[in-house]
Amino acid sequence: MTGRLFDKVWDRHLVASPQGEPPLLFIDLHLVHEVTSPQAFEGLELAGRPVRRPDLTLATMDHDVPTRGLDRPIADPLAAEQIARLRRNCAAHGITLHALGSIDQGIVHVIGPQLGLTQPGMTIVCGDSHTSTHGAFGALAFGIGTTEVEHVLATQTLRQTKPAAMSVTVEGDLAPGLTAKDLVLGIIRALGSGGGAGSVIEYRGAAIRALSMEGRMTVCNMSIEGGARAGLIGPDDTTFAFLEGRRHAPRGALWEQALDDWRELATEEGPVFDHEITVDAAALRPAVTWGTTPAQSVSIDDVVPEPGSFATPGQQQAAQRALTYMNLKPGTAIRDVTVDAVFIGSCTNGRLEDLRAAAQVVRGRTVHAGVRALVVPGSARVKAEAEAEGLDQHFTKAGFEWRSAGCSMCLGMNGDIIAPGERCASTSNRNFEGRQGPGGRTHLVSPAVAAATAVAGHFTLPGDL
Amino acid sequence: MPGIQRIAGRAVALERRDVDTDQIIPAAWLKRVERTGFSAGLFGAWREDPGFVLNQPGASEAKVLVGGANFGCGSSREHAVWALQDFGFQAVISPKLADIFRGNCISSGLVPVEADEDTVAAVFAALAADPAAEVVVDVAQRTLAVPAAGILAPFGLDDFARWRLLEGLDDIALTLRHADSITEYETGRAPWLPAVAPKEPAAR
Repeated sequence: MTGRLFDKVWDRHLVASPQGEPPLLFIDLHLVHEVTSPQAFEGLELAGRPVRRPDLTLATMDHDVPTRGLDRPIADPLAAEQIARLRRNCAAHGITLHALGSIDQGIVHVIGPQLGLTQPGMTIVCGDSHTSTHGAFGALAFGIGTTEVEHVLATQTLRQTKPAAMSVTVEGDLAPGLTAKDLVLGIIRALGSGGGAGSVIEYRGAAIRALSMEGRMTVCNMSIEGGARAGLIGPDDTTFAFLEGRRHAPRGALWEQALDDWRELATEEGPVFDHEITVDAAALRPAVTWGTTPAQSVSIDDVVPEPGSFATPGQQQAAQRALTYMNLKPGTAIRDVTVDAVFIGSCTNGRLEDLRAAAQVVRGRTVHAGVRALVVPGSARVKAEAEAEGLDQHFTKAGFEWRSAGCSMCLGMNGDIIAPGERCASTSNRNFEGRQGPGGRTHLVSPAVAAATAVAGHFTLPGDL
Repeated sequence: MPGIQRIAGRAVALERRDVDTDQIIPAAWLKRVERTGFSAGLFGAWREDPGFVLNQPGASEAKVLVGGANFGCGSSREHAVWALQDFGFQAVISPKLADIFRGNCISSGLVPVEADEDTVAAVFAALAADPAAEVVVDVAQRTLAVPAAGILAPFGLDDFARWRLLEGLDDIALTLRHADSITEYETGRAPWLPAVAPKEPAAR
């Protein structure tokens, strides 16, 4: 035992370490959604295998659900079939399903923490790469493929070669107005795309400690964009305060027992990591991506970079390709880039804190003429809580569309897409080519910058309005 | 899943880094509930360009795809692997495959070939000189070769993954050999750990 959080969580989940095989890890919570599960359930049925632990499995619908017209049948027959399959599969195997229309429905990585199911020291998997979100609680959480989904359904375990341990230490304080999104985009820029490959990152340092749980989730969520298997943050009083009283959090004597255990999870002073990087929070400014990987970002005060400014021929070629796709010229001020659409939502930035930050900016203002702006809460409960605070009114009065919960325009599976050639300021996690619709151009930003950009029609800060 | 000993055939060179799984199989294709039928969606957007490598003569007979670093990054969609297999690929060569993609390759029997940068650069050069050059991936020996160009290099693959690929083994059956260990582990879990629903003894 080296005293690292990662090792502590790993070691307590070892079921078997057979000679010559990767160890088997027990999975405490398996989250399931409609898109990556149908083939897994079919595989189980073909082999005549039961779901081993339906009590540790939770399903919801998020990836291709409509975000409006929920009172009508789902128009897309393929999406309707996937959703019907999930219902049938959950019913057949006794799996709890938070279906469309339920107050507990939402993006899988928003509802786990919201229900108190995501707790320190757990192992959590889901057929979705942004499962890393749950690492914000000190849980080891990572995305898996559909064959592995089937494996977890059948055995409640996963065979895993142990990844390397990386530490990302963020010292100093974020400047006022800077958010977890700006921080994680800065971290990914420092790591480079794929820089975290083969590793589990533990985020440490004063700037991480100062983040809310929502902010920590934003940081861990995007670990995968730096190539990492998972992100982790040591549980502390912020974590415990968030969890206490939630539906699935322990109560009474068990809560006290759990707290004692969770307090021992934190990495002790002085452990050695396989890789270590340090980021200075004070040096960061609001981030905007200019390219087609999340590592390709600059500060909003900067200009679109010259491909020649990158270190390797591979990076230069990638930058050139990205600029061609994004239709951007080197030297253009980021603030001069205009947008056609703004998307506020996703598992990265679709929680109440994010909607509050955006609403505060748009309150009393109007979306710029010609800009289509969308707010999609991360869960039905986030939507209800936002409405109870009147946030929806600020958005709709400003000209935003106020939608129901789902992944929506983050990946554009449900028909919420931008048109070819359109440019979108998005609070989501991926600016890949065509991610928000074929031919669409995505710039990743924080909720506050997205909101200000919707008002101005070009990239801007709330303070500039 | 059939076992794979050795793959020999044409290769397609896709000399780009950071190829994400959204490019390999666009999201619109993820609505399928089958494991097959993804071939037409493979690199759907890029294939609209007549100059794209998959549109070149011979590509449809290729068995091996050669990509740049961080190939398969992004979404965990195993559909990316199924689409590559549907098109006819049996192996993917890269200096570094993204973690989840690599795991999905082993799960579905697409051979993940991670060779060092210099070797992959040499393979790209060999294919630039002769796009029809035969590329050989030997799973048993864990070697990658382009015989006509004199390239022969090892690639990394742990013993367990190699065994699974060679034998085409069902991983669940392998794990269920340890069913007693799983049951024993389950009895010792911390009492505060959450359950989504009460445990149903009848479903066991």
